[in-house]
Amino acid sequence: MDKVIYLDNNATTMVAPEVVEVMLPYFAELYGNPSSMHSFGGQGGKGVAAAREQVASLLGAEPDEIVFTSCGTESDSTAILSALYSFPEKHHIVTTRVEHPAVKNLCANIVSMTGHFHRITKLPVRPDGTIDLSLYKESLTDDTAIVSVIWANNETGVIFPVVEMAEIARSRGILFHTDGVQAVGKIPIDLSRTPVDFLSLSGHKLHASKGVGVLYVRRGTPFVPFMVGGHQEKGRRGGTENVASIVGLGKACEVAAQNLDAENSRVKELRDKLEKGILKIVPKSILNGHETERLPNTSNISFEYVEGEAILLHLNQYGICASSGSACSSGSLEPSHVLRAMGIPFTAAHGSIRFSLSVFNTEDEIDFVLEKVPPIIENLRAMSPFWKSGG
Amino acid sequence: MWNYTETVKDHFLNPRNVGEVDNPDGVGEVGSLACGDALKLTFKLNEAGRIVDARFKTFGCASAIASSSALTEMIKGISLDEAENISNEDIAEFLGGLPKEKMHCSVMGREALEAAIANYRGVPLPTAEGELVCECFGVTDVEIVRAVKESNLTTVEDVTNFTKAGGGCEKCHDRIQELILSARAVTGTEIKLERGAKRLTNIKKIKLIEEVLNREIRPALKKDGGDIELIDVDGDYVYVSLRGACVSCSASQVTLKDYVEKKLREQVLETLIVEEE
Repeated sequence: MDKVIYLDNNATTMVAPEVVEVMLPYFAELYGNPSSMHSFGGQGGKGVAAAREQVASLLGAEPDEIVFTSCGTESDSTAILSALYSFPEKHHIVTTRVEHPAVKNLCANIVSMTGHFHRITKLPVRPDGTIDLSLYKESLTDDTAIVSVIWANNETGVIFPVVEMAEIARSRGILFHTDGVQAVGKIPIDLSRTPVDFLSLSGHKLHASKGVGVLYVRRGTPFVPFMVGGHQEKGRRGGTENVASIVGLGKACEVAAQNLDAENSRVKELRDKLEKGILKIVPKSILNGHETERLPNTSNISFEYVEGEAILLHLNQYGICASSGSACSSGSLEPSHVLRAMGIPFTAAHGSIRFSLSVFNTEDEIDFVLEKVPPIIENLRAMSPFWKSGG
Repeated sequence: MWNYTETVKDHFLNPRNVGEVDNPDGVGEVGSLACGDALKLTFKLNEAGRIVDARFKTFGCASAIASSSALTEMIKGISLDEAENISNEDIAEFLGGLPKEKMHCSVMGREALEAAIANYRGVPLPTAEGELVCECFGVTDVEIVRAVKESNLTTVEDVTNFTKAGGGCEKCHDRIQELILSARAVTGTEIKLERGAKRLTNIKKIKLIEEVLNREIRPALKKDGGDIELIDVDGDYVYVSLRGACVSCSASQVTLKDYVEKKLREQVLETLIVEEE
């Protein structure tokens, strides 16, 4: 495959060249252990410390509020389990029906492993994927140990009013965690003015490498570690630091801060061009998710009466990378739980395609995709027993 | 990404025989939008009763489209009796194999073919009857038992891969497990008791015991005017109460140990001990 048009940036991103550059010395040259007493190892420690400041700066946090982990999933597990350990007398978690599997399946596991000792409230969403704050307020009880909601949805890009939701939880004395994996770097975040207690982020979603993540833990928040071992991360996460990836993540956060405007202008314009173009040219195509309360890079479009995996594999023939919420593409038999929570009809849920852009995409690429998508859909519809020609 | 064979990719990207036959002799429609795949198969026969044209319309993933395309190629030029013998395994084999999670695509092809032949002959579909086991995907016990026997399936996961049954809310998993056990017992296939024994929950054990009682033991006892009732299950101990003619029968203890216990040990758990309450 010679040409790749990568529109799957919510799945993972290209490691930015400047990130690769700062990582490389930490493999073969500066390979010391940050915990060592010698100055050779200390160089790794300095790299990690600098990265901690870079991450903190992007989030509006203090460096000592940054805990490096291995991925977003580890951060989510750490935050939620920490809250349950810290408040053993509380047995209720408030979350939503549109969470990433890292939170969704963790909550399901907590319930089954504790023999239904814990109770989970999964808040519904509106057809456009947004949340009803009055239902949220009603769901909070004195028994609630933690709220965990996704800041920006990975499938639809829909943004939840996390600032307001965190303030409500704070006023009730309830811990608040947000999965910020998709939000960080794409929308402005200032944790000095947002009372979240925990925030998860993942390196590879913002042009750093896979295998590194962060859990932001607000100063003063009760904390029980998930990975227990050495004194790394001030005892909050045992295990030798993934130095190269951490240094890379620091750089990626610095670059993300610089690119935030571009994400919300140039990337958004490209996304809008792609989205409006498809919705205009392809009949019976529907945008999934709120039009404006949404990440600037994400577009989730349903093509009625065709199946997502078939669309993806045709796109793949042209080197176009996207993803689908259809059942077949996930290996399960049911379409995306996010789209089902939004009440997207089955005629559309199986034919959903997510395009997610990055600053590395160009207008030429978008034009190419706009040229290729309509005939693919037409071709598959001609084959579909449900499609009546002429719509 | 799925690991599809070159043949699957070819039939997906260049599907053969797309469309509908004019004035078809047989029409078979299976699947639904809700299930994520559906296939409409139409065919035309010549005077000699051979399929001269077959076309398909499919909503579904790459392997569903490829399976449909393969099916139409396989049935062209053959008689209905020959077509009837095509199994889902044959379709998968024609394509050089399918990922196991995608075997249900080949089953859909086989089902559409059966439906089209039944439509031509004006007879009802056998699989449409029977007890609805999986409500999410509308799969009956007849379809599940058939898949278990034909493709030698041993686990609920296998059944889901082949028929989709159990792939949704998972409520029917216990029932599918029972169907696997009874289908394999009937075909005389060895049931891996030791593996099953460790995995049986109390509920499953009780359900299985009840099923064997109802299916085999009670009908046999009733022939002699007797009956049996399950009172309790405690670990390996199965407490029953004999009724009717059994109560006064001098051979009832022999029946209990040599027949009831033997049957339950064969079909549920080999460590079971049957006691009269």
